[in-house]
Amino acid sequence: MTQPLLAIRGIAKAFGGVQALAGVSFDVGAGERVAVIGPNGAGKTTLFNVLDGQLAPDRGSAVLAGRALIGLSSQAIARLGVGRTFQVTATFASMTVRENVQVALLAQRGQTYALLSPLRARLADEAQSLLKQVGIDSLSERAAATLAYGDLKRLELAVALAGTPRLLLMDEPTAGLAPPERARLMRQVSDLARLAGSAVLFTEHDMDVVFAHADRIVVLNRGRVIAIGAPSAVRANPEVRNVYLGSGRDPEARDA
Amino acid sequence: MMLGAYLAYSLIGRFGAGPLGYWGGVLLAALAVGALGVLLERTLLRRLYGAPELLQLIATFGVVLLIKDAALAVWGAEDLLGPRAPGLGGAIAIFGQPVPQYDLLLIVLAPIVLAAMWVALSRTRWGLLVRAATEDREMTAALGVNPSWLFSGVFFVGALLAGLAGALQLPREPANLNMDLTIIADVFVVTVVGGLGSIRGAFVAALIIGIVRALCIGIGDVALFGSVVSFAKLTLVAEFVVMAVVLVARPWGLYGQPPGPSAIAEQRDLQVPPGRRFAIAAALLMAALAAAPLLVDEYALVLGADMLIFALFAVSLHFIMGPGGMASFGHAAYFGLGAYAAALATRSMPMELALIVAPLAAGIGALVFGWFCVRLSGVYLAMLTLAFAQITWATVYQWDALTGGSNGLVGVWPAVWLSSRVAYYWLTLAIAGGAIALLWRVVFAPFGYALRAVRDSPQRAAAIGIDVRAVRWAGFVLAGLAAGLAGSLYAFSKGSISPDSLSIPRSIDALVMVLLGGLQTLFGPVVGAALLAWLQDTLARHTEYWRAMLGAAILVLVLLFPQGIVGALGAAARALRQRGIGKRAAAA
Ligand SMILES: Nc1ncnc2c1ncn2[C@@H]1O[C@H](COP(=O)(O)OP(=O)(O)OP(=O)(O)O)[C@@H](O)[C@H]1O
Ligand SMILES: [Mg+2]
Repeated sequence: MTQPLLAIRGIAKAFGGVQALAGVSFDVGAGERVAVIGPNGAGKTTLFNVLDGQLAPDRGSAVLAGRALIGLSSQAIARLGVGRTFQVTATFASMTVRENVQVALLAQRGQTYALLSPLRARLADEAQSLLKQVGIDSLSERAAATLAYGDLKRLELAVALAGTPRLLLMDEPTAGLAPPERARLMRQVSDLARLAGSAVLFTEHDMDVVFAHADRIVVLNRGRVIAIGAPSAVRANPEVRNVYLGSGRDPEARDA
Repeated sequence: MMLGAYLAYSLIGRFGAGPLGYWGGVLLAALAVGALGVLLERTLLRRLYGAPELLQLIATFGVVLLIKDAALAVWGAEDLLGPRAPGLGGAIAIFGQPVPQYDLLLIVLAPIVLAAMWVALSRTRWGLLVRAATEDREMTAALGVNPSWLFSGVFFVGALLAGLAGALQLPREPANLNMDLTIIADVFVVTVVGGLGSIRGAFVAALIIGIVRALCIGIGDVALFGSVVSFAKLTLVAEFVVMAVVLVARPWGLYGQPPGPSAIAEQRDLQVPPGRRFAIAAALLMAALAAAPLLVDEYALVLGADMLIFALFAVSLHFIMGPGGMASFGHAAYFGLGAYAAALATRSMPMELALIVAPLAAGIGALVFGWFCVRLSGVYLAMLTLAFAQITWATVYQWDALTGGSNGLVGVWPAVWLSSRVAYYWLTLAIAGGAIALLWRVVFAPFGYALRAVRDSPQRAAAIGIDVRAVRWAGFVLAGLAAGLAGSLYAFSKGSISPDSLSIPRSIDALVMVLLGGLQTLFGPVVGAALLAWLQDTLARHTEYWRAMLGAAILVLVLLFPQGIVGALGAAARALRQRGIGKRAAAA
């Protein structure tokens, strides 16, 4: 394999007595879709928070295309081309859907400090086309606070894509949606990421989604990587079956 | 606390200064203040629990104004020095220094009260419930505990302790009408340094600050590099340095926990850029105001200029509080810095130039203070801004040579061509109106959106590449510049300037204007400013007890319009429109 886009090495983080991450290492290749799975409390969100600069790890390194990420602020990491969606959706509630995307575009281009010209027309077309890509362009004038949950997730996706990121971190992109909508949204994510050439690192509890959309799977349990590899190999791994089900059942059969 | 001192004074006077009378007086005073606290809580503050936290604070300030005037009416404006505690009038020599016995008693008493508080909060069922209720009021109610009486209890204890402190302070410092404000800044500094919600933190912080102060006074005058430096005058600076060091190392105080969501109400209404109609209305208003000198007398013009200046002041505060989500309780600092800078600058440059330079001084103040403030959020930030304002005030008050101390500076007159009332009114209108328009433009420019993004979701803002602190800092400085401009206009309009212009009441005025008008509206602060300026002027002319009237007016307005006046009007208009649509639909 050529040099990976993201190389994660030995990341550890403890909260008080809880070892949320205990030395996590793996790679993500350019354009690759990697799923991080594991039971509740495995450390998935913590890993994402470390990777996008919201949390400082106790140990370890993460290198994105030659640049060390640890120690950088969130905004610096964002400018390096890392987009993020949150487990609990975070959007700007006092703005319209389109304004949410416009602000993201402005921030990516360093136009945050423009003082006098109105935002209104700036990058509006570009924002609109991003909204179209995720399928909510008809809602662009609506207040973000009034969106249905699925549309909110799509808005987050549009915002995260605004900087054409090299790496997209998606924490449970489909949580809280009905199964058919999950599949639809994840298909959109896959297509868009491929189009933009972005790698996707995502967590997900729905195994159908994981097996359908991940090129590789990383299984976390109590802060440790217990398995890593192609979906078929991970599915067959006895330790994974054990952690997931306590019995020998196929992890695919588990439904959230 | 002020009441505690006054009540103790009266009660001790009544019971005589014997041991029983004295300590009975102190205790009764504390109990009475506690009871009053409960009364206020149950009749008034209770109604506001659903309202935004800031509004509750404003209501409390209304109450303070009322109490202050009540004290003025009952006890008069003179300072009242209490009798000495019986049997404790002497002093004991410690390390060769005489230490008053009474002070020793206080030194012993403070840890005892503290320990009692700590035990009550951490070891009793009551304490457990209080802590649970502050975390989650509904949950506690669901557990079958009536949070209503719980909060009354908290108020009782809080007011009782404050009353006790006031009563105990009496032999050391005369009861006076400014006790409330001088003490509050100290209390805030101690709370912020110690960490909100930590009794231990408050105690340690009070100790540290006390020691630093004592050291400064103890060192006294020192010859440094050939000039005499008076450390005794540097107590405030020292306090500031302690606070700064602590907050940089531990943003939530020595023993504090990161606070929850911001103190500003979670108002997340869609904010729409003002359309053409708003612009036309604003232009018409400007035109009408420009024509005003043709219609009204000079007195009204002076009031009009005041209103305009305060409108700019209020809009500048609204800028950081509304879109910025940062409640500043010390916004007068920048107003006052601008005013003093203008007064000082005119000595060496033409007035027109001073008007440009002065806001920059306020901007520099905001740059320094803001650097600390933007690290915090919510109540912490509010308290820190207040502490900075108080430090600025005290510096101005004490720096006689430069600022004229309590007398302030006089002879701050505008240039000759602006010396007529009408000309100065027009200048004020042009500058204040222009600055307000600019600020509003910024709100809907990319920077304003970035500011709002940081307020709505700091996490998301950082994740898209916005530098959260830098944006907040820039917003803080912009607001400081605008407030400084308002201050310098004010200085030239009055011809003189006193420390009042950066005192806490002035900061509170700004808060009241913004919240009265409506925090979530663009135009609210302007309406609030005009209303408050007019109220203050009218009440001051007609009654000696204008403070009480103002306090009452504020309370009524807060109870009637929790969203502010313009906010309420907007909601009413929306409701009407909706009804209209409904009717049309029914007719069709
Ligand atoms: N800020 C924090 N303070 C203390 N403990 C934390 C904090 N964040 C996470 N933890 C703990 O770290 C562990 C890992 O949490 P994390 O949120 O990363 O799990 P997760 O895999 O994302 O779980 P889920 O599937 O429920 O989202 C948990 O035990 C959690 O309680
Ligand atoms: Mg998680």
